[in-house]
Amino acid sequence: MLEAGPFLLTLKLALITTAILYVIGIPVAYWLSTSTFKGKIVVEAILSLPLILPPSVMGFYLLIALSPANSFGRWIDELLNLRLVFTFHGLILASVVYSLPFMVQPLLAGFRMLPGSLVEASYTLGKGRWTTLRRVLLPNIKAAIITGGILTFAHTLGEFGVVLMVGGNIPGETRVISVAIYDAVEAMDYGRANLYSGVLLVFAFALLLGVYLVNYRSLKTT
Amino acid sequence: MITIELKQMLQGASGPFELDVKMNINKGEFVSLYGASGAGKTSVLRMLAGVFKPQNGLIDVDGNAWFDKRKGIWRKPQDRSAGIVFQDYALFPNMNVVENISYGLPENSEDIAEEVIGLMELNELRRVMPSMLSGGQRQRVALARAIVRRPTLLLLDEPLTALDTSLRLRMQEYILAVHRRYSLTTILVSHDMLEVLKLSDKVFLLENGVIKAAGSPKDVLPLNVLREMQTNLTNLLTGSPK
Repeated sequence: MLEAGPFLLTLKLALITTAILYVIGIPVAYWLSTSTFKGKIVVEAILSLPLILPPSVMGFYLLIALSPANSFGRWIDELLNLRLVFTFHGLILASVVYSLPFMVQPLLAGFRMLPGSLVEASYTLGKGRWTTLRRVLLPNIKAAIITGGILTFAHTLGEFGVVLMVGGNIPGETRVISVAIYDAVEAMDYGRANLYSGVLLVFAFALLLGVYLVNYRSLKTT
Repeated sequence: MITIELKQMLQGASGPFELDVKMNINKGEFVSLYGASGAGKTSVLRMLAGVFKPQNGLIDVDGNAWFDKRKGIWRKPQDRSAGIVFQDYALFPNMNVVENISYGLPENSEDIAEEVIGLMELNELRRVMPSMLSGGQRQRVALARAIVRRPTLLLLDEPLTALDTSLRLRMQEYILAVHRRYSLTTILVSHDMLEVLKLSDKVFLLENGVIKAAGSPKDVLPLNVLREMQTNLTNLLTGSPK
C-alpha cells in the first residue's frame, strides 16, 4: 500500500531546503563571483565538497557534530532548545549542507557569464551593490536561478545516505521517500518499493526536463 | 579645470609597463586620448569613472578631489559626476530602451529622460529590448543613458569602433550635439585618427602608458599617415603608378 507520508515529508524537506539555499546561495555566489580575496579558492573547494564526498561520510560527520554528546550539538540543544539528530530540523540542516553546491554552482556560473561592464555601468549611474544585484544581475541570470532551484530540489528528493545517518527512519519525522524505499526492500515488500521508486523516477525525469527546457529557452533568447 | 595625475602598473601584450599620465583639461573641452590598443587609454577612463583604483596620483575636478592618494581620498563611482559609454555599451539586457535610460534617475524624473530620448531620436524605440537594437541604436541608447544624469564629465570608451563608416559619421554628430548642448567636458578614447581629428579640441597622444604629446589635433596627430593614405587612394582611383 502506497503511503502519502514519505512523499509529503520529502516534498516539505525539498521545498524548505530550496528556499533556505536561495537565501544562502545568492549572496555566497555573488561574493565568490566578485571577491578578490585570496582564500576564495579554498572556500569554493569546501563548498563543492558535497559533490564528491560519499553521502555517508558527510552524514557521519554531521551526526557526530550535531549529537548532544558533543560540544556543538550540546550548544545548539541548550541555547536554542533544538535537537538536530533524528529530527526533521536536523534533516533540513543536513540537506542544506549537502545540496549547497547544487545551488551555488549554477548561480556562480550565471554571475560569471555576465560582463563586468554591467556592474560598472550600474555603479556609474549612482546605484549601489544591492540595487545592482536586484535590478541588473539577478534578472539577467534567471535561467541560472531556476536551474539552481530545480537541481537543489531534485537533489534533496534523492538524498539517502545523509538523511539516513542524521535522521534515521522515523515515520512522519525523518522517513523520507528514499528511506521508505530502502525500508520496503528490507521488508521484502518489492511492490511498495517499486511504486515509491516509479513515482520518484517520473518526478525526477520531469524536473530534469524542466532544467533542460529552461536552459534551451535561455540559449535561444540570448 | 580637471587635473589628472595617475600612476599604475599595467599588464600589456608584451609584458608589464607603467602607466604614468599627467593631464590638465579645461571645463567644456572635448579631449581625446589617442594611441594604439594596449597603451593604457581605457584604464585611464576607468580610473576617472571610479571603477579602477590607481596605485598613485590624484584626480581633481573643479576643486573637488575624486582621488588623492596622499590624502587617502577615493570617491566611489556613485559619488562622482561622470557618465560613461562603454565599448560594449553595457546596456542592461533585461530593460527596454526607456528603462535603460531612466535607470540612473530618481523616480518621477520622466521629463529629463524624455528630453534625452528626443535628442537621441529614440522615440520609436522606447519599448524595444537591447537585443533587438542595431549597433548604432545601442550606441545612442548608451549615450543617452550616460548623459541623462547631467554629469560633469562624459567618458567615451571607443564608442564607435563597432560601427560602419556611414553610421560613425552620424554618431559623431550625436556626440558633438550632446557635448555642446549640455556643456559637458568630454574625454574620448580612440585609436581612429579621423574621429579624433573631427571631434577634439585637444589630444593627448598616449604610448606605452606615457603621454608623448599634447595639444591641438593638427599639432599632435601623425597626419602624414593620413596624407600618405590620401595619396595612395588617389593613385589607386586614377590608376597612377605606386
